[in-house]
Amino acid sequence: MDNQKSVWRRAFEWHEARLPIISYIDHAVGTQYPAPKNLNYFWNFGFIAGFMLMTMILTGIFLAMNYTDHTSMAFDSVEHIMRDVNYGWLIRYMHFNGASFFFIAVYIHIFRGLYYGSYKAPREVLWWIGVIILIVMMATAFMGYVLPWGQMSFWGAKVITSLFTAIPVVGDAITTLLWGGFGVDNPTLNRFFSLHYLLPFVILGLVVLHIWALHIPGSNNPLGIDAAPADKIPFHPYYTAKDAFGVGVFLLFYFAVVFYAPNALGDPVNYVKANPLVTPNSIVPEWYLLPFYAILRAIPNKLLGFIAMFGALLVLFVLPWLDTSRVRSATFRPVYRVFFWLFLLNAIMLGWCGAQHPEGLPLVLSRLGTAWYFLHMIVILPVVGWLETPKPLPVSISQSVLKPAE
Amino acid sequence: MRNILLVATAAVALAIPSVINAAEEHEVHLAKQEWSFNGVLGKFDKEQVQRGFQVYKDVCSACHSLQYLAFRNFEDLGYSEEQVKALAGQYEVTDGPNDEGEMFKRKAKASDHLPHPFPNDQAARAANGGALPPDLSLVTKAREGGPDYIYNLLLAYEEPPKGFELLPGLNYNKVFPGNQIAMAKQIQDGLVTYADGAPNDAAHVAKDVTAFLHWVAEPKLDARHSTGLRVLLYTLLFTVLAYLAKRRIWAKIEH
Repeated sequence: MDNQKSVWRRAFEWHEARLPIISYIDHAVGTQYPAPKNLNYFWNFGFIAGFMLMTMILTGIFLAMNYTDHTSMAFDSVEHIMRDVNYGWLIRYMHFNGASFFFIAVYIHIFRGLYYGSYKAPREVLWWIGVIILIVMMATAFMGYVLPWGQMSFWGAKVITSLFTAIPVVGDAITTLLWGGFGVDNPTLNRFFSLHYLLPFVILGLVVLHIWALHIPGSNNPLGIDAAPADKIPFHPYYTAKDAFGVGVFLLFYFAVVFYAPNALGDPVNYVKANPLVTPNSIVPEWYLLPFYAILRAIPNKLLGFIAMFGALLVLFVLPWLDTSRVRSATFRPVYRVFFWLFLLNAIMLGWCGAQHPEGLPLVLSRLGTAWYFLHMIVILPVVGWLETPKPLPVSISQSVLKPAE
Repeated sequence: MRNILLVATAAVALAIPSVINAAEEHEVHLAKQEWSFNGVLGKFDKEQVQRGFQVYKDVCSACHSLQYLAFRNFEDLGYSEEQVKALAGQYEVTDGPNDEGEMFKRKAKASDHLPHPFPNDQAARAANGGALPPDLSLVTKAREGGPDYIYNLLLAYEEPPKGFELLPGLNYNKVFPGNQIAMAKQIQDGLVTYADGAPNDAAHVAKDVTAFLHWVAEPKLDARHSTGLRVLLYTLLFTVLAYLAKRRIWAKIEH
């Protein structure tokens, strides 16, 4: 009976009866969450993104202990971290490059969702929360980039916040509110620091909702068909083991950059202290915002460019209804699959355009790319869904494992 | 395994725009140098950096500050505590106010930063024909091309091509963006004589001072490289073990 149980077991049960937090976690990402057994390595990136979020929060907390959010001291305090704080260089390079690797993980996660139709019924709300996470991440990353108060911090902040002046009637008021004055200055830096510290915890909360929404229908899978209970295996130990391996591979790339090319992803100009009187030759955001920056600059009208840039993100909310096909996985959608790869190439091309001066070939390409982006979303997706004849779907995951479809 | 390759390819593809961005330089060809600090095992050649400091001290420091460098940092170059004290003792810094409310000069201490050559930017401009000599603490990280750019720039002074209109007070430099630089040619053969008898032709002097500047910009580079190697080896070991564990756990699952 009871006395056969170890004292630890009894303590655990006593606590669980009062606050069942361990079994809650066990249901979320443990033995009680059944996941399809055929998830491929692209499914690792959700876990990896969560891992990077925690890395960013932890390194960020230690950076904030040594950072000074004042225009006259911010740049110097970052150098203080790099030179005088024990392992400050490591914490800062992990945080700075961690943002890029967080976005790499999230973008692969998103394109995996696009390929395998993870946004379709019954996962629309799960997808919405993901889109909100992406938008909040972008805002957080943008504000974080302002904090070192280098040249690109200042001018990037100026360009992006000035966009809001394009909004009719209330634009100027919104911009003044963002700035905390009539230009990018100390109040801007203060509020960006405050929000940069706040938003990651908002993301963390959204991630909890994201996982909650994931657990209602359960994980999608490479075949995109509903997984029968017999085709599911417990998340732990199967996917925890697989994710541990995936994180290891990802960390090899991440650490290679952190230790051996820590400034490769940054703009050298940001090692020059912000100077409101000297404009850098070209003002470009970090790579993960470049496709959207290209869309912004593709359109000669400021307000329309602003609308297109945000529209490119907001259109993702209605993606589950723009894609009219009932078949989720692109594996069985020969036509959609071609357009998927075109969309990916187009996004990469837009990213390249975003880094160039908006003239000549890059400008032409960014206009074509912007047109294609919206054409893909608004015209191609519904039409392909109506006209395409999908390949026959396997009856179950097991059937496809035993004798592959074709 | 095929999936892993696919995932890795996707990761690289997503990073391409940034790599293109990073590789973008203005069209001038920079002669790439073999730096001791390049590569996974790269670290600073302390003697070279010390020679470079001599160049900075004798030449550059007349106009350029190194605001983030403190005398104590020289211990990382192998200076003893006594040597650092002696070095700092050669400089005077302004301190104060004292009990009478006066600012005063005193000998620098190990904890002091190297003093600025000018009391303020306006004085620096006034002494340099309106141009502000930039602080060099981060210069090798703050320019496209890094140390290679600085090295090439120092040696890229030449006569302007025919028809090139040089503004008064500026010098022609084929590496500098726009080709007109306020700084006059400084580096030449025999500019300094090294105590260790190392070659002091223009190319060597430029290389030594650039190595010194890169040490000032990235003083933790040695620690970063050696820590990185250990971290990567550990992560590799972890990843291999995780892979073996994953295979064993998944052995009975048909997938």
